[in-house]
Amino acid sequence: MAEREERRFAEVSRDSVKLMAESAGVEVGDEVAALLAEDVCYRLREAAQNSSQFMRHAKRRKLTVEDFNRALRWSNVEAVCGYGAQDALPFRPAKEGELFFVEDRDVNLVNLALATNIPNGCAETMVRVHVSYLDGKGNLEPQGTVPSAVQSLSEDLLKYYQQITRAILGEDPHLMKVALLDLQTNSKIAALLPYFVYVISGVKSVSHDLEQLNRLLHMVKSLVQNPYLYLGSYVRSLVSSVMYCILEPLAASINPLNDHWTLRDYAALLLSHIFWTHGDLVSGLYHQILLSLQKVLSDPVRPLCSHYGAVVGLHALGWKAVERVLYPHLPAYWANLQAVLDDYSVSNAQVKADGHKVYGAILVAVERLLKMKALSLSKPAEGGVGGQQGTAGGVLGFRESSPGLSPPPEPLSEAGLGIASHLQAGGAGCPWEDWTPVPLPAMYCELYSFFGDSLAVRFSTGPELEGCLPALPCQPADARKETVANAAAGLDNSRKMPQLTANLNISPRPDGSPHTEPPPPSLAATIPGRPFARSSSSSSSVQRRSSSSRPGQRSAGPSRDVFPKARFPPPQAGPPSFSFLIGGRQMGRRCQGRRFQTSFGPQPPLASLPPRAYAHKLPVIGRVSKPVRRWTCSHYSLHLPL
Amino acid sequence: MAAVQDGQVESDAEKETKPDASNDVAGNSSGGARSMSPNAASSASGAAKAAAPTGPGEQQTLLAVLQFLKRSKLLESVDILRREAGLSDELDESQTNDGAAAGSASLLRRVSVGGAAATNIAATTTSKGAEDQPDVSIVLSAYSQQGDPALYQVYYSGLKNFIESVLDCHRAELSQLFYPLFVHMYLELVYNNHEHEAKVFFEKFSGDQECYYRDDLRVLSGLTKKEHMKGNETLLDFRTSKFVLRISRDSYQLLKRHLQERQNNQIWLIIQEHLYIDIFDGMPRSKSQIDSMSGSLAGEARREANKAKVYYGLLKEPEIEVPLDDEDDEAENEEGKPKKKKPKKDNLGSKNKKQDPNAPQQNRIPLPELKDSDKLDKIMSMKEATKKIRLGPDTLPSICFYTFLNAYQGLTSVDVTDDSSLIAGGFADSTVRVWSVTPKKLRKVKSAADLNLIDKEADDVLERIMDEKTASESKILYGHSGPVYGISFSPDRNYLLSSSEDGTVRLWSLQTFTCLVGYKGHNYPVWDTQFSPYGYYFVSGGHDRIARLWATDHYQPLRMFAGHLADITCTHFHPNSNYVATGSADRTVRLWDVLNGNCVRIFSGHKGPIHSLAFSPNGKYVASGATDGRVLLWDIGHGLMIGELKGHTDTVYALKFSRDGEILASGSMDGTVRLWDALKAFDVETDDFTAATGHIHLPDNSQELLLGTYMTKSTPVIHLHFTRRNLLLAAGGYNSQ
Repeated sequence: MAEREERRFAEVSRDSVKLMAESAGVEVGDEVAALLAEDVCYRLREAAQNSSQFMRHAKRRKLTVEDFNRALRWSNVEAVCGYGAQDALPFRPAKEGELFFVEDRDVNLVNLALATNIPNGCAETMVRVHVSYLDGKGNLEPQGTVPSAVQSLSEDLLKYYQQITRAILGEDPHLMKVALLDLQTNSKIAALLPYFVYVISGVKSVSHDLEQLNRLLHMVKSLVQNPYLYLGSYVRSLVSSVMYCILEPLAASINPLNDHWTLRDYAALLLSHIFWTHGDLVSGLYHQILLSLQKVLSDPVRPLCSHYGAVVGLHALGWKAVERVLYPHLPAYWANLQAVLDDYSVSNAQVKADGHKVYGAILVAVERLLKMKALSLSKPAEGGVGGQQGTAGGVLGFRESSPGLSPPPEPLSEAGLGIASHLQAGGAGCPWEDWTPVPLPAMYCELYSFFGDSLAVRFSTGPELEGCLPALPCQPADARKETVANAAAGLDNSRKMPQLTANLNISPRPDGSPHTEPPPPSLAATIPGRPFARSSSSSSSVQRRSSSSRPGQRSAGPSRDVFPKARFPPPQAGPPSFSFLIGGRQMGRRCQGRRFQTSFGPQPPLASLPPRAYAHKLPVIGRVSKPVRRWTCSHYSLHLPL
Repeated sequence: MAAVQDGQVESDAEKETKPDASNDVAGNSSGGARSMSPNAASSASGAAKAAAPTGPGEQQTLLAVLQFLKRSKLLESVDILRREAGLSDELDESQTNDGAAAGSASLLRRVSVGGAAATNIAATTTSKGAEDQPDVSIVLSAYSQQGDPALYQVYYSGLKNFIESVLDCHRAELSQLFYPLFVHMYLELVYNNHEHEAKVFFEKFSGDQECYYRDDLRVLSGLTKKEHMKGNETLLDFRTSKFVLRISRDSYQLLKRHLQERQNNQIWLIIQEHLYIDIFDGMPRSKSQIDSMSGSLAGEARREANKAKVYYGLLKEPEIEVPLDDEDDEAENEEGKPKKKKPKKDNLGSKNKKQDPNAPQQNRIPLPELKDSDKLDKIMSMKEATKKIRLGPDTLPSICFYTFLNAYQGLTSVDVTDDSSLIAGGFADSTVRVWSVTPKKLRKVKSAADLNLIDKEADDVLERIMDEKTASESKILYGHSGPVYGISFSPDRNYLLSSSEDGTVRLWSLQTFTCLVGYKGHNYPVWDTQFSPYGYYFVSGGHDRIARLWATDHYQPLRMFAGHLADITCTHFHPNSNYVATGSADRTVRLWDVLNGNCVRIFSGHKGPIHSLAFSPNGKYVASGATDGRVLLWDIGHGLMIGELKGHTDTVYALKFSRDGEILASGSMDGTVRLWDALKAFDVETDDFTAATGHIHLPDNSQELLLGTYMTKSTPVIHLHFTRRNLLLAAGGYNSQ
């Protein structure tokens, strides 16, 4: 009891009173000081007790300086000014001795007054109504910034969540680092994952604030790097948040002073990181990413910063991605870019600067593409089929491509869609499905024609390179067929027989029945024939799965080999063609069923026949009508003569 | 906050006249103790020889009052008092000059036990104080009766031992003595400068006190010097009021016998001076019965305080022709529920015809006449009422939450109009903000110049006077200079009242959104205000411990309700507008008669300041919520506590009965809304005995009565409202921390 009595209150010591008296210029004796100290303590307690009623009536739990000042004012004591800030004042110990003090930094009023970043006022006070409980039963939907379920977490976790989010999004950079580090190493936060993901998905609401975006991205990184977290399907959400930072024309980029470019670069790196480490958690992820990047790239309405994002995103995903998406797009895109870069008007200056950024990004991307391609060719025969990827392409070529350069095998080889991915992927006819690898020299020639010597400075032109790829450009079709066949054999060895479904993409006479038939076993055998599938066999809707009609597939194939043609493709007015999509699911490898798909792509649909008219009538597996339409458009735009 | 010094002291001085007279009420054997004092005084010392006239205590008091009046420059009153009291100027003069002697003389007269040495000390110390401030020292002089400070512990522990040794049934009752005795003995020690003994005394016995006195003990423990006692509110509370205990006759006899046997005069004196023992015949009460009623600053309510008749019935509804209602209803419900109309009509009819026997006379309090617009509103409300959901334990109301976002400045109060069309918030930054929660925007009336231009004969003149340009979803009212702690809409939605820390109550027009009147009178923070259910009148209460009744067209209060011992924290009108309930930081609820200003009920039982009140729609019951998180239910007619609802973990800031009174909703700082089965809670059988004695045994059935607990998201609930259709609206400010 005695102790309690002694320690119940904070006391002002005699020495403190003396010091204060001294500072006021009064000499005070010991006895007086003791008396004063005691009285001061009592008065302080009294004021504190009085101030608590102001707190109660303000319906708060926290006693504020304002409350205390009111109590002082009502007892005719001068209020204490200068401590009205909402945030707690840091209370620091002095190094020597047991001395503590409130940190009181000097504020440079000149800087404050002349500062250009005028702080925003507080948001307007408002009332929002929300039906919380209907007939006394449960919440209809969560409200407020804290997800409702957070409250059901244990106290500790909740506290951790609050601390971490506050630290990461707060002002203190040191605290943020600590928090991020902990997020990266803490093994017990699995339960909080949804909430962190939820917080990260808030990127869309802070697109005006680069700093916050950056912090959220760091948060993603920490989560991704945490070895104890199984991200599962949250990968998709994380990726979409990161993609937002890469691709969206952020509000922050309106101000040219904001360095959103770095943010995009960082986000792109992060994307590739997520992809390399967790790409196999979500099927079809690679496909989706490529698709959305491509969509942005092919959309001329998008601002250049979005295009920049798409390019760095592709670059970060590896040279294969660049080769598949960026390279084919380049001719079409180049014209747009050229127009921007050639405009020397003053009003265009900013856009032009952005254009140069994009230009630079493309340059870096294609240079690495060329380098890596050459590199991969220079050490052929690695892993059996590695050498053929230049020509073989398609499913097999990617499987054993040199690691680290292209995406992990799984998503790539099955980049083709499973049943579900029809939705995002837009069915068959995707560019990387009917994409034919372009031989290196041709590619180089084409790129050189775009970039000229700026390309050459980093990649030597000339014969030696050609030497690296012996005879590849001139390899005849049969050779290609063989390699593919070989590869297919290898594939068959390593895989169980896949179950296949077929998917008709574009057909002049849609006839819905056959696609539901179980695919004949022979189908698997026909896979090797895939490269030849670009057929013009418009007639046989019955036979389409057998993809028997291969003649003429070459008609348009080489068009890319020749650069001028690529830029100005001849107006083709062929009959509407088929594209086959053979998708399936292979069970037994790794965790879940793998989906793979091959597709028998058509020649690019041509202007004379609006493809969307067909797209609507397609009797295909899954819901493809929408994506197909969108796809056909972009496909079309690719070959639009500019 | 230095109390309400002047006013309070005056009343103290006046009250000083009473104790002597009322001593005999409590202890009929006070003579025994008193007889001791003359001996002691005569043997004491020669210092007391100066003036010891007959009835010195009373004269002393008169002198104190005189001096106070002089100081306050109320010279006429001084003259009058002097004349009436028959005091000569000389006597007065001599008293002033010789104040020390006079003071000590009176003190000495009261000294009962103790040696001359001790009294000398007392004399000198008090005389010092007397020179400084004669009147205050006299207020405190009761504590100068003094025994040996070292013996206080002995006295107290002697009594403690005795009480612990008595039969169980008496022990609980006599244990009530501990707390007031402890406090008064401690204060006596402090007053007489025995700081060390006081500390020791406190440490030794403070642990024995009931836990619900913890807050008071904390205040007390900080008080260790005589100087601290001046102007200390808690001390004044103890001093100015007698602590009321209810003890059965048997227990009381036991106590008296013990004290007489032991010659324990110190304790006996304290009991006589500062305690009021309300003796009743019959069974001693149990511990739980006592606990449920105690806890307030001044003990329980005296029984006779709750004896007055209260007309708690509702007023007769004015007869309103409702043909419009029928037509409209038919038009609306053509698909057919004509059956529903019949019972409703009967319902209304019966209500109107039969006069409630417990209702006050219709014109007991003059009420404003109904205007046409009021009648229309009544009709609307009746129509709405026909569509209301009958709530019950099985059909709980839906809850809508109005969240005040971005209320960085601090939301301190909320009110919603009866028809739920407007919501207003009072903020700590002195503003009042009004929002329209319907699509109808808030518009101001046009300026005078513009009003001249409009066609006054037009049918839609009411529409034309509004200025479309000012339409907005919310309006801000500026005028106060301190946090707005209370806010209330008038029933006709034309006015808004706000009470603030700046000591004023303001009346705002919701037509022009300007301040119409500032009612000054409280001079200290006004914690709450509320309009009468019939408009025109309103009540306010605040830190000055006085509730005031106002009429909107009078700038001075019509009634002042004085009696609370601490701040009035909330005020509420009875549905029939004849009574006002006030909740206070002294932990009692009082019911005041508007007609004559009398206090007709005192409800004690809360263990913390009361922050919310609600009358049941039938006017029979009142519910109160306090900082201890409990909600107590009171039967107004019998003056009884009839229920205790435990569940909240923090201050209950909002209470509301559903429109039919089946459900009681409570909202708290702990961020929950709880629904209680009010019908079941009120269903407590009260026989004549309990009604007569007020000793009800409360069943502990909070869990059964609790129908639901609904969480908010870190938003304290500070207002609750049932719409006319029984949808529950809750409001609070989102707290991001």
